[in-house]
Amino acid sequence: MSDQTILEEPPRKQRSVPKPVFTDAEAGAKEFPSSRSRHYNYFEPRKRRASVYEDVTVDVQPDPERHLTQGWVYSFADGSRGYPQEWTALKSTNWHLFLDPNEEWEQTIYRNNADIVRQLRQVVANAEAADAFSNWKRGWATVVAHHVGAWAHVEHGLGMHVYTPAQRDAPTNMINNALAVGAVHKLRFAQDIILYNLELSDHVDGFDGQAHKATWQEDPIWQSTRENVERLTGVRDWAQAFFATAVVFEPLVGELFRSGFVMQAAAPQGDYVTPTLMGAGEADAAREQRGARELFRMLSNDPEYGDANRAVMQDWLDEWTPRSTDAGHHLQPIWSQIPDKVVRFDESRARAHQRFADLVEDLGLELPKEMQA
Amino acid sequence: MSRASITKAHNKIQELSWEPTFVEPVDKYPTDYTFEKAPKKDPLKQVLRSYFPMEEEKDNRVFGAMDGAIRGNMFRQVQERWMEWQKLFLSIIPFPEISAARAMPLAINAVPNPEIHNGLAIQMIDEVRHSTIQMNLKRLYMNHYIDPAGFDISEKAFSNCYAGTIGRQFGEGFITGDAITAANVYLTIVAETAFTNVLFVAMPGEAAANGDYLLPTVFHSVQSDESRHISNGYSIILMALADERNRALLERDLRYAWWNNHAVVDAAIGTFIEYGTKDRRPDRDSYAEMWRRWIYDDYYRSYLVPLEKYGLTIPHDLVEEAWNRIWNKGYVHEVAQFFATGWFANYWRIDAMDDTDFEWFEHKYPGWYDKYGKWWERYADLSVKNGHGPIAFENADYEYPHRCWTCMVPCLIREDTVVDEVDGQVRTYCSETCHWTDAVAFRGEYEGRPTPAMGRLSGQREWETRYHGRDVGEIMQELGYVRDDGNTLVPQPHLDLDPKKMWTLDEVRGITLNSPNVLLNEMSPQEREAHIAHYKAGGPAGRPAPEPAGA
Repeated sequence: MSDQTILEEPPRKQRSVPKPVFTDAEAGAKEFPSSRSRHYNYFEPRKRRASVYEDVTVDVQPDPERHLTQGWVYSFADGSRGYPQEWTALKSTNWHLFLDPNEEWEQTIYRNNADIVRQLRQVVANAEAADAFSNWKRGWATVVAHHVGAWAHVEHGLGMHVYTPAQRDAPTNMINNALAVGAVHKLRFAQDIILYNLELSDHVDGFDGQAHKATWQEDPIWQSTRENVERLTGVRDWAQAFFATAVVFEPLVGELFRSGFVMQAAAPQGDYVTPTLMGAGEADAAREQRGARELFRMLSNDPEYGDANRAVMQDWLDEWTPRSTDAGHHLQPIWSQIPDKVVRFDESRARAHQRFADLVEDLGLELPKEMQA
Repeated sequence: MSRASITKAHNKIQELSWEPTFVEPVDKYPTDYTFEKAPKKDPLKQVLRSYFPMEEEKDNRVFGAMDGAIRGNMFRQVQERWMEWQKLFLSIIPFPEISAARAMPLAINAVPNPEIHNGLAIQMIDEVRHSTIQMNLKRLYMNHYIDPAGFDISEKAFSNCYAGTIGRQFGEGFITGDAITAANVYLTIVAETAFTNVLFVAMPGEAAANGDYLLPTVFHSVQSDESRHISNGYSIILMALADERNRALLERDLRYAWWNNHAVVDAAIGTFIEYGTKDRRPDRDSYAEMWRRWIYDDYYRSYLVPLEKYGLTIPHDLVEEAWNRIWNKGYVHEVAQFFATGWFANYWRIDAMDDTDFEWFEHKYPGWYDKYGKWWERYADLSVKNGHGPIAFENADYEYPHRCWTCMVPCLIREDTVVDEVDGQVRTYCSETCHWTDAVAFRGEYEGRPTPAMGRLSGQREWETRYHGRDVGEIMQELGYVRDDGNTLVPQPHLDLDPKKMWTLDEVRGITLNSPNVLLNEMSPQEREAHIAHYKAGGPAGRPAPEPAGA
């Protein structure tokens, strides 16, 4: 480029950009009424200072029983509006007392789930690099293909068709957000299992990546479980669906299979990957159960509706427990499909029943007759 | 993950769903739409194991910026005029976000397509993200901005203020009524695809020009999720179009959803961008220019019009009329003027427009000063405490407006006002389309066919009616819009924080609030006819029509 060219270049047009202005509009610059009012003042925090979780969650979903003075401005054709309390048979003198014990909000949701994704990715990558799948004992791959694969359907069905609608239906933002997080835990876990299945199809000779479908749809071992899950997806009362899932199904079927079988049986089969996967799902299920325990205990102890609520929950317990014990019972043959009997079905079931009994007692309910030894 | 492995993974997760055999699927949320001939599409192939780390990374950037803003003393440079409007905006927006999460099962239940279910479920947790990240942004503002009053009462004020109620339909409309009307057409096809552009792209640009770079950080992070949501909505509308029986419902819902979104979102965001800014560079785009680009060109011409090839009738007339209201009928200016008229019932401060603002408005909207300039000068005069009441109760050549029963924004374009007796009540509407929405669309029958799933408009929709005949001082105490000295009001008609210059309950006691609708219903039919004729002859800028000679 010659000097002449530079001289001939037209003057640059000045860019139009906003000019910074010193406004001194920061906290503390002046004293005036409310200049120090630096907390959300429309709810009572559980402790002295509100947690971030409370600040970002409480009252975002309004309620005519709190501050919503003009009422809901849309209704369904039948006249129900907003978040009708009638969408469950349970009642509360104050639904807003429930706070998620896991305090899930945007930051925790992504941190926790991304951690699990990374953890699983690393474990699987390491197993592939170490050729660890070739150390699996004969027959174990079949169990993983059929039964661990079948479990993905359970998690998917509950996440998509129990937790997801429930988070529309409950009356407060705190309950609904907790249920929404439960939904994505389940859905992620289902995908984790099925994508693990895909990895195994690529790395384990003879691994049948499609076996899970027929196992879930047709294998007699799984039909009671499938029936239990399908019936859960058909419940219109959100609290009943959550109760029958988190209080009844999870201990009696979920923990029984995940912890009582897969996590006990895998290591002696040379498999350290599957328990990691199942453990992540189990930890999520435990989080959901903490929320369920908190919610249903609150309703069980309600000063006005506690007795009526316990009666309703007892009915639910009596209705759903036989289904889940039956589903668990039908899984028994899986325990016999591995050569090393490191854990007996009866032991796993006894532990699951004990955890179920503890939860039931904590809620002020009575064990159904068939469970009373 | 590579694209190939995403496709492979996405194909694999389709194996998770199954057809139940032990129970019939329960219709949890009613719809009049039918989806028996639905093809399957999820062009974005969403998988959770790539989704969570991606969102975590986005979060890390947001939180990093928040740290940086505090360390860099961002609030020494933010414009108070801008931040005050955030008290309104950030009280409203977390509710539509969380409502969108709640809306997802409505769509999942209605659409028999597992591939779409997966995308909708991911959208659900996106929306939880958006709601809580926005609440957290507001929390930061409350902690670091000079005047926290209004942020501190945020969600309560959203629930009990007339402005919050207007905003609330942009949220309630997602979760109630016919599942597809709500969760697909209103939420995704119109609100997300059209209006998040001005909400989450145009508005953050204005925030940055006013010294606030946190709003852009958070809202661009939010907006980057929207393309997936738009894709979900598009798949569902294509499925709906596969069944001829849905066509009339889709056309009904597009008309309602387009018009309501325009009425509500343009009112709010137009006001924030035009009247909440101090950036008066002549070449800074006006809201009308932004609207033309983001809504008219990017949405209407590029997204909506192509749907015609599927045989759908697009509401061209309503798109043109929305533009007509913005460009020729001064919609945004009328709304901003109304917000300022009602300052006494707000929970944020509104300062008067000054000469610099006048010059910019005149440049962008020729003729603006003749219509609105005098009123804003009067507003400035009456913003100083001097023994008079708020401007709404003083002579300012402004007739307090009737409220639109449907969109709840007042009937500000006076000549377009429609009056009708509906459900035994004389109601006012801002436009023919809002009248149609209430009287025709939200009913149990549409064009001769039963629509049993269609929702209804409900609630105490007129804020003024709730407080009719009440003392303004009492109302403000009841609403809780009083500062911590127990006397100074949260809202102010200026930005001066000198306690001696701030308005208190003392200046609003003894003033009675009346509801135009109650008074209208008390009139005889002849009085009402005369009143409405006079009302419709008024404007612009709320100016009452001249009284006829000899009156």
